[in-house]
Formats: sequence, structure tokens, C-alpha cells
Amino acid sequence: MKRSIDRRTFMRISAASIGAGALLHFMPLGSTASGLTLRNLLGRRNGESPGPFSIVQLSDTHVGFQGPPDPLGTKAFERAVDAVNALDPQPDLILFTGDLTHDSDDPAEHARRFASFQSIADRLRVKKRMHVPGEHDAALDGGNLFREHFGETHYSFDHRGVHFVALDNVSAGKPIVGAGQIAWLKKDLARFPKTAPIVVFTHRPLFDLKPEWEWFTRDGDQVMNVLAPYDAVTVLYGHIHRPHHATMGTARHHAARSLIFAFPDPATTAEKKPIPFDQSQPFHNLGIREIDGNGARHTISVNDVELTSREISGTEGIQQIIRQGESL
Amino acid sequence: MKNALIVALIAAAATVLAAQTPSPAPRVVEIGAKRFDFTPNVVKLTKDEPVTIRFTSADRAHGLFVKALDIDLDANPGKPSEITVTPHEAGTFAAICDHYCGSGHGNMKMTFVVE
Repeated sequence: MKRSIDRRTFMRISAASIGAGALLHFMPLGSTASGLTLRNLLGRRNGESPGPFSIVQLSDTHVGFQGPPDPLGTKAFERAVDAVNALDPQPDLILFTGDLTHDSDDPAEHARRFASFQSIADRLRVKKRMHVPGEHDAALDGGNLFREHFGETHYSFDHRGVHFVALDNVSAGKPIVGAGQIAWLKKDLARFPKTAPIVVFTHRPLFDLKPEWEWFTRDGDQVMNVLAPYDAVTVLYGHIHRPHHATMGTARHHAARSLIFAFPDPATTAEKKPIPFDQSQPFHNLGIREIDGNGARHTISVNDVELTSREISGTEGIQQIIRQGESL
Repeated sequence: MKNALIVALIAAAATVLAAQTPSPAPRVVEIGAKRFDFTPNVVKLTKDEPVTIRFTSADRAHGLFVKALDIDLDANPGKPSEITVTPHEAGTFAAICDHYCGSGHGNMKMTFVVE
């Protein structure tokens, strides 16, 4: 199916709150003194001019997961790839925020799941893709398989006037970033003025969202203390399999939907159990995030889109996953 | 006079001995972990009474973490750990394994009830 989704359509879909990932748009650094200084600094450093751009966040694909609560397997991930490929214009960059694979006690089987993830992700037209591990990718082997496929589990880079920081809060086995990585973060950020727009992407929330469900990072407060002096911090994460938005100080935290199954709202549900699969809406609660940014105003807007959208899938109900001769 | 002196000495000795007698050792609660369960999975504690939590693992690294009670333990097979805490607040507190141990890890939890 060839289908083009322009940004206006995507925004309308997200406004209707129907569900698939995230697209972030960034505008050029503006004419304020600090903006010009930062623009010149980043231009010298990276050899590129800050300009408007958008990114997509995909999360929790759990390639290899099978069984309850749903029979989707990789179908939501593949549908998300189709949806992102249909975006016009294409995003500059795609961020994967962990649990790319579902773990296995058999290292060879886990390696096959990494390869399967890669083969699906390689269908994306966007070739600049960045990853952080989730606990299902990296907690059993300390991140060895992840590193073989994607390199280091924490790193940073600049893209058109925005500083991106990938943080690993899973591979120690515990929900922790660790003193060494926090020291690295301080050193990494020290190069930038306090006005620099910063996007942190990681797997677990960096605050106590629901510790009883392990929705937290034990030393997340130390990480946020390092980021506190900066004026424009956006934290993108996954892990909780549902959208969540929170502002704390100058930082805004955004959790993305998963591409395998959804968890309920812990404020209204006592037990941490996946939301049951619904054949009439097979991609309900699963989605993509589009992120728009404006470097001049140091603002970033987040647009979540569910995969259930007829405009994305071209059909409805169970037909969304069994069309084209596919079977469950 | 002599009898009064003896009584006074005995009383003083009793006071000194009482001061030197250590308070009773805290109750010890054993908690075992294996993929993906704690045994027992409900433990009752007494408010304001010290208790020692002794944590063991039968198979691999596990954690026992409940922030509100200051319980933060790790165990590996053959390497138990323990902590003594005094809960000062009544209530029901969920404890989790905070050392990832496999795909059932997300629901590995137990409950402390403080009364």
C-alpha cells in the first residue's frame, strides 16, 4: 500500500487521539543573542546550520514476544514502519527507546531476535536511527548483544542545533544509570550554554512514576539534578507501554506508546496486567510519536498517533492485521 | 543496718545487670527468591518493632526493594544479605525484585503488611 501522510493529516490524526509513535519538529535557532551564539557555536562544532526538522520516536517493539495478551507479534512494528515511510516530508531521525527485542535465556535465540529487529527497521526510509536499550535487550547480558548491533549504550550527538543524549538505565541489571554515566553526562553537558535545547532519550522514566510497577530509575533524581540548570530539556522514554506527559522544573517528560501491547493506567488499576487484545481494534493503544520543535522558542511539541487509524492502515478491525493475505 | 546494706547492694547490682543486659535480638524474617516468586509473598511486621530481613536466592541475582520501608537487598545463590529495619508507619507496602531476572520479572513482587 502506497500512502502518503502529510504533516497536516498526521496532526489531525493525533488530535483525534487515535494511536502510532512520535514525530518531533524543530525550528531553526532564532535571532536572540543567546540563540545566535548557540547557532554559531553548533555551526562551528558540527559544520551544519541549525534548521527545522522533525523526528519520530518508536518504542518497545519487543521483537520475539509471543502469546498473551495479543497475537500481534511484529505486526504493529511493521505497520509503524509503513506509517513512518508514508510521512511526507520524511523525518530526519528516528529514536528507538528500548525493548527492541524480547529477551530469551538462549543467547543464540536472543541474537536472532536482534537480527529480526534489524531486518524490519532496515525497511525504514530514514537511515539515521539511534537506539537505547531496554531491560529486555540488555539486562541479562550487561548489554553485550546490544553493543554488537548498535554500539555503546550511552552517547550523545548534535543534530541541527539540538543536543541529543542517550542514557542507559537498564544494562546494570537494576533500574539505575550509575555514577560513571552521571559523571560522563556532567562532562558532556558542560560544553553547552544553559540555553541549549537538550533531548534526553532513555528507556525507563527518570522519576518515580510508579515504583511498585518498576516505573522508575533509582538514581533518576541525580540525572535530573545534572539537567536542572538547562532551560529546555525534553526527556523521551518508553517502558510503560502507554503515553504519559509530565513537567518537572524546566524538563518535560514524555512516555511513548509501545508497539506490542499496552499497560493500563496505574492510577485506576491495581494490577500490572496488559490491556486485553481487542480484535475490533487490534492496534488500539499502540502507536507512533511525532515530535515538533522550535529551537528559537526552545519549545517542542509532541504528537502521539495510534496505529488504529483507518487513515494509516487503510482498513479497520481485525482486517488491519489479516489483510494482504496475512494470517494471525 | 547490716541487712539494709546487703539489700541496697543487691538492688544496685540488679540495676547494673539490667543496664548491661542487651535488648532482645530483632525477629528474623527469611525471604527466599527464585524466578519469578518470593517465598513467602506476604510478610506481617509490627509497627515500631525492629525486624531483620534475611534475603536468599535459589537461582540467580534478585533484588528485594521497598523504598518506604528502607528495604534494599540483593542476593545471589550462596550469597544472602540482610538488613534490620524498624517500620514506623502502618500500612501495606509492595516490594519488587529490582534486579532484572527474565521475562516474568515485571510481576515478581511481594507484600509487607505493617500493623
